[in-house]
Amino acid sequence: MKDQPNTPRTPDEVGVPDPFQYMHPVMKANYGNWDWHERPRPGVLRHVAKSGDVIYTVRAGTQRQMDVFTIRKLCDIGDKYADGHVRFTTRSNIEYLVADQGKVAPLIEALESEGFPVGGTGASVSMVSHTQGWLHCDIPGTDASGVVKGLMDMLHKEFVQEKMPNRLRITTSCCQINCGGQGDIAVNVQYTKPPKINHDLVANVCERPAVVARCPVAAIRPAMVNGKPSLEVDEKKCVCCGACYPPCPPMQINGDDSTKIAVWVGGKHSNARSKPTFHKLAVANLPNNAPHWPEVNDVVRRIVEAYKADAKHWERMGEWIDRIGWNRFFEMTNLAFTKHHLDTWTGARKTMNMSAHLHF
Amino acid sequence: MKDDETQNAGRQVHPTPLLDELEDGPWPSFITGIKRLRDEGSEGNQKMMNDLLGQLNHSYENRMGYWKGGTVSVFGYGGGIIPRFSEVADKFPESKEFHTLRVMPPAGYHYTTDILRKMCDIWERHGSGLIAFHGQSGDIMFQGCTTENTQKAFDELNEIGFDLGGAGPALRTAMSCVGHARCEQSCYDEVRAHRTIINKLLDEMHRPALPYKFKFKFSGCANDCVNAIHRADFAVIGTWRDDIKIDQEKVKEHVAEKGRKYTIDTVVSMCPTRAISLNDDDTIEIDNRSCVRCMHCINVMTKALSPGDDRGVSIMIGGKRALKIGDLMGIMVVPFMRLKTDEDFDKLEDFAERVVEFFAENALEHERVGETIDRIGLPAFLEALDIEPDPNMVNHPRTSCYVRTDDFDEEAAKWFERKAREAGLQISAE
Repeated sequence: MKDQPNTPRTPDEVGVPDPFQYMHPVMKANYGNWDWHERPRPGVLRHVAKSGDVIYTVRAGTQRQMDVFTIRKLCDIGDKYADGHVRFTTRSNIEYLVADQGKVAPLIEALESEGFPVGGTGASVSMVSHTQGWLHCDIPGTDASGVVKGLMDMLHKEFVQEKMPNRLRITTSCCQINCGGQGDIAVNVQYTKPPKINHDLVANVCERPAVVARCPVAAIRPAMVNGKPSLEVDEKKCVCCGACYPPCPPMQINGDDSTKIAVWVGGKHSNARSKPTFHKLAVANLPNNAPHWPEVNDVVRRIVEAYKADAKHWERMGEWIDRIGWNRFFEMTNLAFTKHHLDTWTGARKTMNMSAHLHF
Repeated sequence: MKDDETQNAGRQVHPTPLLDELEDGPWPSFITGIKRLRDEGSEGNQKMMNDLLGQLNHSYENRMGYWKGGTVSVFGYGGGIIPRFSEVADKFPESKEFHTLRVMPPAGYHYTTDILRKMCDIWERHGSGLIAFHGQSGDIMFQGCTTENTQKAFDELNEIGFDLGGAGPALRTAMSCVGHARCEQSCYDEVRAHRTIINKLLDEMHRPALPYKFKFKFSGCANDCVNAIHRADFAVIGTWRDDIKIDQEKVKEHVAEKGRKYTIDTVVSMCPTRAISLNDDDTIEIDNRSCVRCMHCINVMTKALSPGDDRGVSIMIGGKRALKIGDLMGIMVVPFMRLKTDEDFDKLEDFAERVVEFFAENALEHERVGETIDRIGLPAFLEALDIEPDPNMVNHPRTSCYVRTDDFDEEAAKWFERKAREAGLQISAE
């Protein structure tokens, strides 16, 4: 006879942990009482409190998906060269907090010698915020981590220096759900074909009314196929968004002929100067060319170079394009403007130029 | 030796020719890290990661993902685990179960090296040894765990003070910026707001019962470093109502250092409402009634300018990405709520509860609150939440004449009553 089952442990519903137990003592002591800050060099912030206390932040890039050896190495550096207190940014950079200015240079040296680039502050290209991809997602069209590795290898120099007009935020997403979010440049899977349906499986795997309801263009309807209840797609209506695939995996949206990559530009979260914006289509139908995605890298490089060369100091990508006009953007990046750049979704009319304002 | 295996440090491992390509270059390589788990990790990590790498290389070859979802949870909770079962487990059996634990980070993402090491030790014993700081959901992603070990890993993480985050149709893990802890631009106590709301509504996270996901995000100012307006159903953004604080001596120093032309080009000309001018003596003048609190001039002149003292938050409701009706940003629903005293925080907590309750009762299945508002119209939402309309909610008043206005006078009377009440309150406060 087997052992009596253990009484399961009841979880301690602690919720969001209290950060003060982990916070650097100087930050804790001056909580809510900071006065101003400056950036003595790329990758370093110096914040001064009203009390006169100073805290230095040294920011370094990571691969986000970290093995315990990498994390322990980062901890060793934090114990030896910093004060044992760290935090992470929204873009998965690690930040070391140090009270003593004398520790900053040796800390930077230690990070760089272990292969962690120091930068990502101010007018730089910070780490790409990205999604899970083939490593873990159940519906991925590509592997964001791999795409990001290629992009950050290419843009490494722009991470460790602050020579862009303003900050440049890139995101990548492995499907059109776009978990990576809005970006100055967004590299997202864009499907080009309707789902391929395995009719033998639909009835057993999918809750059909829920799948029908999920479609944004009402292109899916229940149908009997080969005597089995299934679903069919009106392929003329289908916008190939992939929304039916998560609730119904037999409606396979991924495939060599359908999983392509689009690059979008001009998304902005901040309210500084202009209001927040969504990113806009620059180019679609780039191949999903693992493991280096050279076509994607080439497009991103051209956009980054054009922005760097032409934007005014403090202009974000979208603000720069607003000034120079889309004509000039497509010309400078050597990308095509097509009928697919004309929005057709709800509210599309508001994206059209209803004025005599023109760029030539 | 089998065909599909190759020799590595005396052991047989899957060849990963495509992944090997991702180890060059100056950026830290996630592949190098995973390989180290395969070669030097705990015994469990080694086996799991060898097959994980095999499956990932297989994905790179075929450009397809091979994970499917399922149902895995820990005792007492309905959400927080992302189950992953391999569809190619016959080839890669050791990683056939590769679930993720979504674990809520401390507000503001603060850690000590000590707590990070404890997390590593737990994950090395019970999981794959791979952790992401952080996922797009805001969680620490403990990636790669068997069904059997999920409970063990959670129990140990829970014992060091961490709790599972949200998944599925539920309250989701929130994010807050560094804010008060280090940033002079922060206009409210983000940690307190974040923990007050999420910990109050925690049941909605651990036992998913909402129509769909619901996300809170907390940014200390309009720079919105946690991307709340685009990504949160309920965005809390710090702001202020009185004048920007100016240290004119520091302004002069800035102009002297950067130059007059640069100051005009980057501060004066870039003000979105033309509210700033540079005086002949290199001091500046700000028309605070025209200022929209965008943060730009404060970002440029960090020493000379800072937010005013009458600080609080704006609340924007309804941000989300494309599914299903298209992208939505949050709509300004509460232009200003003071957030200093215990009573102020109670008020915020109460409002958050009421919005989530409204969502639970009124949203259709798989509908985000922004879509609900689009479906029923903002006036109906405001009425349900007992909020009065405010010009700060719109870019401009309606342009469509298709509206019935026979109670316009009664509505106008409410506006004038409110204005009189606000004026009265201000007078009595003085």
